[in-house]
Amino acid sequence: MPAVSMTVNGKAVTADVDPRTLLVEFLREHLRLTGTHVGCDTSQCGACVVHVDGKARKSCTTLALQVEGANITTIEGLAAPDEPLHPMQAAFRDHHGLQCGYCTPGMIMSAIDIVNRKGFSLDDKTIREELEGNICRCTGYHNIVKAIAAGAEAMGAGRKAA
Amino acid sequence: MYPFTFHRPKTVRQAVGLLNKNEDAKLLAGGHTLLPTMKLRLASPAHLIDISGIEGLSGIELKGRSIVIGATTRHAEVANSPIVREHLPALAYLAGLIGDPAVRHCGTIGGSVANNDPSADYPAACLGLGATIVTSKRRIKADDFFRGLFETALEPDEIITKVMFPLARKAAYEKFRNQASRYALVGVFVSKRGPEVRVAVTGAGSNGVFRVTAFEEALKKRFSEKLLEGLSVPADGLSGDIHGSAEYRAHLIGVLARRAVAKARA
Repeated sequence: MPAVSMTVNGKAVTADVDPRTLLVEFLREHLRLTGTHVGCDTSQCGACVVHVDGKARKSCTTLALQVEGANITTIEGLAAPDEPLHPMQAAFRDHHGLQCGYCTPGMIMSAIDIVNRKGFSLDDKTIREELEGNICRCTGYHNIVKAIAAGAEAMGAGRKAA
Repeated sequence: MYPFTFHRPKTVRQAVGLLNKNEDAKLLAGGHTLLPTMKLRLASPAHLIDISGIEGLSGIELKGRSIVIGATTRHAEVANSPIVREHLPALAYLAGLIGDPAVRHCGTIGGSVANNDPSADYPAACLGLGATIVTSKRRIKADDFFRGLFETALEPDEIITKVMFPLARKAAYEKFRNQASRYALVGVFVSKRGPEVRVAVTGAGSNGVFRVTAFEEALKKRFSEKLLEGLSVPADGLSGDIHGSAEYRAHLIGVLARRAVAKARA
C-alpha cells in the first residue's frame, strides 16, 4: 500500500493507504475527523467540501493520494486556538442556518471559500450563485444565505481588528 | 472502485511512457469525471496516471493573436484570468459556468477536451473558435479533433499539452443548463473572425459537438440574429431524453444561437 503525507488542520500526517481511498474516507476513517460528511457521493451535494491549499474541494471526488503534500483544512480546523467558533460557524448558529446539520460543515467550508474569493460584502444573489455546489434539504437556504452574509461581514470586521 | 496502481509522473515524457507500458491506463488531472465514473464502476483502469503535478502543463498566455492554455489549467483559472477576460471574454464566461465553484477548482481544460462529453462546454468553444489542440505528438485542428460521442482523434498514448484559441473580436456563448446537473442541455458558441463565422452546438447532438453550417452561411451575409430568424435545425440526429426531446433541443439551438449572436455583437 502506498504511503501518503499531508498536513491536516496544521498537523502533519502520514499513512499507508489503498490507492482507492478517497480523501473524505481518509479524513473520516483514518483521522477520525468526522465533521466532513458524505452526502451524495457523486460530487453534487457539497457535504464533503474541505479546503485543499486554501481552495474548496469536494473530498468525495478526490483520492487521498492526489493531495500528497497539501495543506488540508476541515471544519474541525476552523476555529482559532483561543476561540470556540470561527465567525462563519458563529453566524450559522446565530442565524439558524441549519436544521439537521448534515450539509452544514460543507456549507461553512464553501462559505469561507466564497469570502476568500469574493470578499466580505456578499449580496444574496452572489451567495446563492456561489452555493451551486451545496445542497440542503431542510432549510430552503433562506437562513443559510443570511448566515453567510453575516459571517462574511464578521470575517471582515475581524480582519480589521486584528 | 476496482483496484488500481497510482502513478505520479514528473514529465509528459514519463506519462507517455506509462501509457505505453500499461495498456489499461487512464490519465488523471482534475478527476471530476473519471473518479465519479470509477466510483460507479463504469470505468476500472488498472493504472491511474496523475499528470496534475507535471510542471509547465498549466498556465495561460497571450501569444500573438492566440490565447494558449495549458492542459492542466483549472476552469477557475480560465474564468478569472485577466488575459482571457480581456481578449476572449466569452471563453472566461464559459469556464465560469462549468459545474460549481469547487468543481472549477479541480476540472481542467485538457480533461474536458479529451473526454468530449456530449454535454461539455469546452468542445463548443474549441469548435466555435477554431482552436488547435496541441498534443505530445502533433497539432490537431478542432474541426478534425472531435470524432463522436466521447471520441476524439487522440491516440492511446497521446497527451494533450495545450489548447490554442485564436482571438475573435465577436464571440459569445449561451448555455441552457439542466437545472439539476448544470450540464448544457444545449450550449451554443458563436464567433466571427473576418469573413469566418462559426456556430458550434453542444448538449444536443447524438454524436457530440457539431457546427451548424446553415446558420454559419446565413450569418456570413450579415452577422445579425435577424438573419437566423425562421432558420431551424432538424430534430433528426439530436438526442432526446427525459431532460428534453430532440424537438425541444432543436428549438433551443435556434433560440440560443440568436441570443449568442446578439451578445457577440453587443
